[in-house]
Amino acid sequence: MSPLRHLLDVNRAPLGTLAVFVVMMAVFFFADPRVFSQWTIYRSVLTTLPVALFLVVPLVFVVTAGEIDLSFPATMGFAAWSFALVVHAGLSPWLAVAAGLVTGTLLGFAIGSLVVRFNLSSLVATLGMGFVLRGVIQIANEGMPIALTSLGESGLRRIAAGFVLDVPAQALWGLGFVILAALLYNRHRFGIHVKFVGDNADSAREMGIDVDGVRIATFVLVGLGAALAGILSTLINYTWWPTAGEGYFLPVLASVFVGGTPTWGGVGTVAGGATGALIVAFIETGVVGAGLSGFYVQFFDGVVIILALIGHRWNQPRYR
Amino acid sequence: MAKPLVELRGIIKAFGRVRALDGVDLAIECGEVVGLVGDNGAGKSTLIKILAGVLPPSAGEILVRGQSVSAWDAARARAAGIETVFQDRALAVQQSVMHNIFMGRELAGRFGWLKLSEERREAERLMREVGFTSKDLSPRSIVGRLSGGERQGVSIARALYNRAALIVLDEPTAALSLIETAKVFGFVRQARSAGRSVLFVGHNIHHVHAIADRFVVLDRGRIALSASRGELPSAEALITFMERIAGRPAVAAPAGDRV
Repeated sequence: MSPLRHLLDVNRAPLGTLAVFVVMMAVFFFADPRVFSQWTIYRSVLTTLPVALFLVVPLVFVVTAGEIDLSFPATMGFAAWSFALVVHAGLSPWLAVAAGLVTGTLLGFAIGSLVVRFNLSSLVATLGMGFVLRGVIQIANEGMPIALTSLGESGLRRIAAGFVLDVPAQALWGLGFVILAALLYNRHRFGIHVKFVGDNADSAREMGIDVDGVRIATFVLVGLGAALAGILSTLINYTWWPTAGEGYFLPVLASVFVGGTPTWGGVGTVAGGATGALIVAFIETGVVGAGLSGFYVQFFDGVVIILALIGHRWNQPRYR
Repeated sequence: MAKPLVELRGIIKAFGRVRALDGVDLAIECGEVVGLVGDNGAGKSTLIKILAGVLPPSAGEILVRGQSVSAWDAARARAAGIETVFQDRALAVQQSVMHNIFMGRELAGRFGWLKLSEERREAERLMREVGFTSKDLSPRSIVGRLSGGERQGVSIARALYNRAALIVLDEPTAALSLIETAKVFGFVRQARSAGRSVLFVGHNIHHVHAIADRFVVLDRGRIALSASRGELPSAEALITFMERIAGRPAVAAPAGDRV
């Protein structure tokens, strides 16, 4: 097989996702060329998309390992809460970032350990943990947000969520995160171990791979990503809400699978997941931008998800 | 006398109240092919898993080159030079041949970044050594596209890497064609002449007898016989022995030992 053919073959899933994105954008463009030839619409998508990227990419690892983490919105809210508390106490926002990251990592470790040590179904256990964490947030805050106006002038805000030549800085951070994660997934021992564990955990164990450790590490990665997402979203809004993260639940899950990572584990694509997030982010903007009412958004979300899934099923054979 | 390559002393493995292995002593010398036979449930798979470090023994001692080992696990077993070709082949079918060959022992530089081109070169060499000749097969082929015999070849290629001292073959000829079986035999002879030890575990007594230097019969968790080829010159003699123990009650098993 020629190197080019091989490159196309191993990247068939992300390339398929990219094709879906290109076709979708072409349709939007023809529906309203005036709106879609302006930078404003892209800038607005690039402002919020990175938050989703920090969630989608780690989930690709978890799904590849044959697990799922449904607690990520609550972890995101929880880590952002610790960030907000430190900022609100008048301490350095950088210290707050550290607090948020530590909280997210510890939560990811706790959730992963729970699933692995007690040998639980990650689907149900993480659903439960999501409710527990969100419940704690609700009990402690009684629905009250935390306003963080001091963040407006902070250096952190300029660096994390300012503008570089009219491009939101977080888009660049998000891109960096995706590239680093893609390298970890495709070129690092950890990435191939995640694939072995999701492909055949018994074989991986027989070959001396620390299967439980790899599984827990994928949940830690989600915790870390959720913390980054939570901190970024709080920085964008200057406010932390007790519901922080809830709105990302279904769009983020959809992005992973629209991106071309199958549900059965062992294979997946980080670049595809990121493109999937791009697709999901543009559907809403595109439908409204094309002159349809907001009531059409969910319908088109569904249509695109189903079409992408059919495309991937046809594009990507499953080996047993 | 030279120390055995691997020695098991008094290995016991209990699952609840059932003793799958009930005090097994087994020594494998350097450059020796040992044929391990036994009926279903005799404890062959359990013994292999303990040797491979996949299952911890309930009691007993494992010695490698005369040294007692502690905290025995799959990674340590492989580091000690014991490679196992499991009956289910232990492959990840959605990954490439090359990734499977280096599973759990990836060639990586500092910070764990994979040396993919080096892995590819090494995989190509090993595939030739095992006798992959098809042009359609490359180190980047997905294992799920391969036939049963080819998958066996990948599993054997993996065991060959790093000059393993002992290669354990669990039912290596089960579900293989005549030609593929002959290939496995050729591989075992090659390993022996290279000074490696092989533990050949099988159901097919004719296959085991054709290849092993020494035969070990496992019966209900105990070694019932250990005999050299000179002592058991024909496969029929081995079969007769196994038929005789099959019709006999458990060897001095204390009451309440079996459920």
